[in-house]
Amino acid sequence: MTALSRRTRETLTDLWLTGPAVAAMLLLIVIPVVLVAVLSFTDYQFGARRFDWIGWDNYRELFTDPIGRRAITNTLIYVAIVIPFSMGLGLLVALGLHRMAQWAPRLSDALRAAYFLPVAATLVAMAVAWQMLLHPSLGLINAALRELGLPGQNWLSDRGLVLYTLAVIGVWQSVGYTMVLYLAGLAAIPGDLYEAAAVDGAERGWERFWTVTWPLLGPTTLFVAVITATNAFRVFETVATLTRGEPAFASDTLVYALYREGFVYFKAGYASAITMVFFVFVLLVTLIKFRVLESRVHYR
Amino acid sequence: MMELRDVRRRFGKTEVLHGISLRVPEGSFTSLLGPSGCGKSTALRIMAGLDRPSEGQVLMNGADVAELTAAQRNVAMVFQSYALYPHMTVAENIALPLAMRRMSRVERLPLLGRLLPAARAKRAQQAAKVAEVARTLGLEGLLARKPAQLSGGQKQRAALGRALVRDPSMFLLDEPLSNLDAKLRVEMRSELTSLHRRSGCPFVYVTHDQAEAMSLSDQVIVMMEGRIAQAGSPRELYETPRHRDIAAFIGGHPINLFDAKLDRGRLTGPFAGVPLRARADRAILGLRVEDVWPDPKGPIEARVRRLEYLGNEVVVHAVLADGTAIRALAPGGFAPAGPDTILRLACAPARLHLFDAGSGIRLPTRGESAAA
Repeated sequence: MTALSRRTRETLTDLWLTGPAVAAMLLLIVIPVVLVAVLSFTDYQFGARRFDWIGWDNYRELFTDPIGRRAITNTLIYVAIVIPFSMGLGLLVALGLHRMAQWAPRLSDALRAAYFLPVAATLVAMAVAWQMLLHPSLGLINAALRELGLPGQNWLSDRGLVLYTLAVIGVWQSVGYTMVLYLAGLAAIPGDLYEAAAVDGAERGWERFWTVTWPLLGPTTLFVAVITATNAFRVFETVATLTRGEPAFASDTLVYALYREGFVYFKAGYASAITMVFFVFVLLVTLIKFRVLESRVHYR
Repeated sequence: MMELRDVRRRFGKTEVLHGISLRVPEGSFTSLLGPSGCGKSTALRIMAGLDRPSEGQVLMNGADVAELTAAQRNVAMVFQSYALYPHMTVAENIALPLAMRRMSRVERLPLLGRLLPAARAKRAQQAAKVAEVARTLGLEGLLARKPAQLSGGQKQRAALGRALVRDPSMFLLDEPLSNLDAKLRVEMRSELTSLHRRSGCPFVYVTHDQAEAMSLSDQVIVMMEGRIAQAGSPRELYETPRHRDIAAFIGGHPINLFDAKLDRGRLTGPFAGVPLRARADRAILGLRVEDVWPDPKGPIEARVRRLEYLGNEVVVHAVLADGTAIRALAPGGFAPAGPDTILRLACAPARLHLFDAGSGIRLPTRGESAAA
């Protein structure tokens, strides 16, 4: 034991402490990603005995084939709707509940639980409820529209509408989560900043918000944005349970296409290419977070 | 001039201010002094308009300001935590009160506001004002920094700058020096005094540090347990404390307090030789450390236990004949033969304080009534 120098012992301790985590990351993340990246340049099919290298063909297909392009644009449109609405509504609800907690704490807690319910519930089960609500002839939503004298819609089978319907469900599902994060951010703002703002003349709601609340929610907003973006890119359950990408791929998304190509058609090579594109999107979001915004929201 | 009249403040069922009345005259430097939890910060927040009294009136220059917000009262406030906006530079922090008061919402917009000529003129005006304030506080080199890049003392200055940049009706300071180290605190004290003199505005200064309150103010309001215990000049508080607790709170060295018995108006026991007359059988005798000193002809006999050498002076810890501890102050050169030396102590009878044994309220003594 004494033969080891202090330096060696410390190195061994470092290895012992970091080793398991590094090994797990290599095994569970890095190696699979590399394998998928390699696969994406082949025409490998599940169960096949051999494969050929086909270079960038899979990517070319994804970006030129109307169906592949559809999945990408659909995903981007979906993300572009879900991020701002889920964040905006989440912030609005959080501001309301935060203020309500002062005069009606019980009600505020109950409402918070209600808003959080969609996050805690499995989306697959909730999808059944949505299917009932959105049913063209029996659904509550069309019934309500008819009561108001408006025409009912084929929410899930109208090509022009289905993606937006899914986006609304996506917003509904994530508002609770963004709200909880924003509530935590609001609770962390020191009260004396609001008092300083009141003394300095920023006392009405609008000025208070822009002088204190919004800037101090910066780190929260960044975190919420990244979480919402990655969640939105991953949209799958609603597509799989409600539309299966129908009608005519109008609601096809990246992850659903990946599932279809990989697990229904067993086109492992093509599915890997889709995975890589998805991976790059998520990586971009994370990089933007770290490189551009991180230093700006912590005010150092 | 700020005045509180019989102000009460309740939080739920607990009352933290039990009806306080005070006046802050024009140009005064008033300290609210008291231990933590005495309600001094609540009183300050009520003056500022950040909190509202449950009962009672808040008057400024004779007019009731209950309905006015802090901004409408035009008070400036410095917070214990400084409360600087972390996303703004020092210059922006200092300029904010000006921007809020003098510019419209449109003019304040970050991009559009820059294009409007009126807004640009105002921004330039504000920048000049900010530069002027920064010069008086020695902040010139720090204007472009964010608060996170400043030391405690620099943050303190920036917070003062934000208060100084406009012409407020009064300055409210909530323990502004408590987060600074001892040396900086003493420096900032003299800066505050000169700021007060220059601005001519009334200052209200909340502190639990009696040395700060005594050295800065012309009026000290001592608060205890949600009530005003005594208000007066530092000298009045020191020389004629109205209550045992005030005597214990005020003064650099903690006061000696003894249970004293009197026989026909004269002190008995170890203090029998002290010429003092009062109408009581039992009382609490308050004897400031600086008012007792070794003197071979003194009337009090004590045995030295320990010396506390402070350079210019020596605090003598001793015990009286009946075993109670007493502290006295001797000049720095004082050196008794050794521990357990018997020492005689003298005191100025006029500077003794007698308090009622039960209520702790000051009792009149003969020497005093003759002086008054």
